[in-house]
Amino acid sequence: MITRRGILDKVWLGLAVAAVVAALAPLASIIYYVTVRGISAISWNFLTHNFNQVGNNGGIGNALEGTFLVVALASAIGIPIGLLVGVYVSEYGTGRSADVVRFLSDVLVGIPSIVTGILVYSAVVISFPTPYNGYTAFAAGLALGLMEIPIIANTTSESLKLVPNSLREASAALGVRKWRTILLMMANSLGGIMTGILLATSRVAGETAPLLLTALGSTQSFQGWFNSVETMTLFIFQNGTSGTPNLVEQAWGASFVLLITVLGINIAIKMVTRRRIVFV
Amino acid sequence: MYSEAEGISVQTKPDSAPVVEMTAFDSERVPIVELMNLNAWYGSQHVISDVSMKFKRNHVTAIIGPSGCGKSTLVRCLNRLHELVPNARLTGNVMLDGVDIYGKQIDVVDVRRRIGMVFQKPNPFPNMSIRDNVVAGLKLGGVRDKKRLDEIARNALQQAFLWDEVKDKLSNSGASISGGQQQRLCIARALAVEPEVILMDEPCSALDPTATAKIEELIIKLSDNYTVIIVTHNMQQASRVADYTAFMYLGKLIEYDETPKMFENPKEELTERYITGKFG
Repeated sequence: MITRRGILDKVWLGLAVAAVVAALAPLASIIYYVTVRGISAISWNFLTHNFNQVGNNGGIGNALEGTFLVVALASAIGIPIGLLVGVYVSEYGTGRSADVVRFLSDVLVGIPSIVTGILVYSAVVISFPTPYNGYTAFAAGLALGLMEIPIIANTTSESLKLVPNSLREASAALGVRKWRTILLMMANSLGGIMTGILLATSRVAGETAPLLLTALGSTQSFQGWFNSVETMTLFIFQNGTSGTPNLVEQAWGASFVLLITVLGINIAIKMVTRRRIVFV
Repeated sequence: MYSEAEGISVQTKPDSAPVVEMTAFDSERVPIVELMNLNAWYGSQHVISDVSMKFKRNHVTAIIGPSGCGKSTLVRCLNRLHELVPNARLTGNVMLDGVDIYGKQIDVVDVRRRIGMVFQKPNPFPNMSIRDNVVAGLKLGGVRDKKRLDEIARNALQQAFLWDEVKDKLSNSGASISGGQQQRLCIARALAVEPEVILMDEPCSALDPTATAKIEELIIKLSDNYTVIIVTHNMQQASRVADYTAFMYLGKLIEYDETPKMFENPKEELTERYITGKFG
C-alpha cells in the first residue's frame, strides 16, 4: 500500500543516498585519478633519486627525506607541548583558565595554515638570514609544529576527560602523586591520544602553504636544519605547474606517494583506536 | 522524603555539636581518628555542619543516614579526597593519631597511604592485570622489586579472601572478574599499601547479596588489624558489621553510640524514626 508516509520515507532515503554519492564521488575520483596518473611514475629509481631538472631519471628522494625530517621536527615540537597543554586543560585548569586555553586551542586549530606560515616567515625567516634568505628546514618544522600543538592538545584533553573520574579518585586515594596519576590516566586514554598525534602528523604532512614561506624547496638532499629543504608537497606544487610533461607526471607520482602515506596513517589511526593498548 | 512539613523537626542541640561521649574511648588509647568541628561545603552548599566525633582504633564504625545527609562527604574529608572537587571547602580539624591531616606540614600523599579507601562502585584499573591492580599504589609510588610486589599482592589478596579465586589468573585484566570480586580486588588494593584506617563508601551498593555477604564477613575480619569506617544506607548492614554506629541527618551528627544501643534504644527521636523506617 502506498501511503503518504511511505513516500516521504523513500524521498528522505533517496536524498540521503544522493548526498552520500555526491560526497564520495569526488573522493573516489581523486583516489582513482591520482592512482591512474601517478602509479606509472613509480619506480625504485623514482623513490630514491633526487630531483632532476631535465626530468629523466629524476625522483622524489630528497622530497621524501625533507618531508620526513620536517614532520619529525614538527612532531618533536608539537607532541610534547600539545600533550602538556591537553593535560593542563583536563587535569589542572580550574574553571575559567581551562576554558580560555581550550577556546584558544579551538581557534588555533581553525587558523588557516598560511597564517601560521606568514607568522613564522616574519618571526624567523626574515629575522635570521641564511644563505637561502632565511628559508630553512628549521622554520618549516617550527611552522608545522605550531600547527600540531592545538590538534594534539584538543584530542589529549578530550581523551583524558573520557577517563572516568572514579579512576582518578582510586589512584589519588592510594596515595599516588598527582603527576603519576595523570600518567596513569594518559595510559588509560592512550588510544585517543595516539589518534590525536597521528591525526596531527597526517595533517601537517600534507601542508603546502606554510612551507612555501619557510622551506622554500630545494633540488638537493637535506643540507642541515638551517638550509632550505624540499618536501613532497612543494615538489608537487612546483612540478605540477611546470608545464614540462615528464615533470608533471612526476608530480602525479609524488601525489600518489603522499596519498598512500596519508592513507597509511589513517589506517594506523583506525588500528590504534580499535586495539586496547595495555600499559604500565 | 523527609521535611519539617511532615512533622520531623531537627532538634539536636542546635548550636552545639553533639559530641558523643563514650566512656570506653577515654579509658583506652587515643582514638585513631578524631573530627573536631568539621564543616564542609560544595560551593555555597553547606553539607557537613560542625561534626565532632572520634573513631575507635581497630573497630568498625558505620555512618548511616538518608541520601544527601553528608555521610559520603564526611569520609571523603578523612582522606582529603573532598578537596579534589572544584569549589569544595572545609573548616575544622581531622586528627589522625593526634596530628591534624590538614596541617601545613602534612603531605597529602602520606595521609592517603595511612587512610585507604574503597569506593561505592568497584573501580579497578582496567588497563592493569589483577596482580598489578593490587600493587598499583606501591608500583605507582616507585616500588620496583618484583619479588616483593608479588609477595605483597598475594598477601593482600589473601587478606581480601580473593586469592583462591584469582590465583590462576593473576595476569588477567582487573576488569575481567565479577563485580563482587572486583570490589574485593579494590579492598586488596587498599590493603596493599598497609593503611591504618580503611574508609568504605557504600562498598556493597553495587553488589548482589552473596557478594555483599562476603564483603561484610571481610569487613569484620579486617577490624582485627584495621580501623574501618563504613558509610552505608543499609541499616541491617550497619547492625551486622559495625561496633559503633553514627547517624547523620542534613549534615549534622545526630547520634553516635555502640551499635546495639543505637538500634535497640536510640536516645534521639530522629534516630528512632530513621531506624524504624519512618523516613529516609
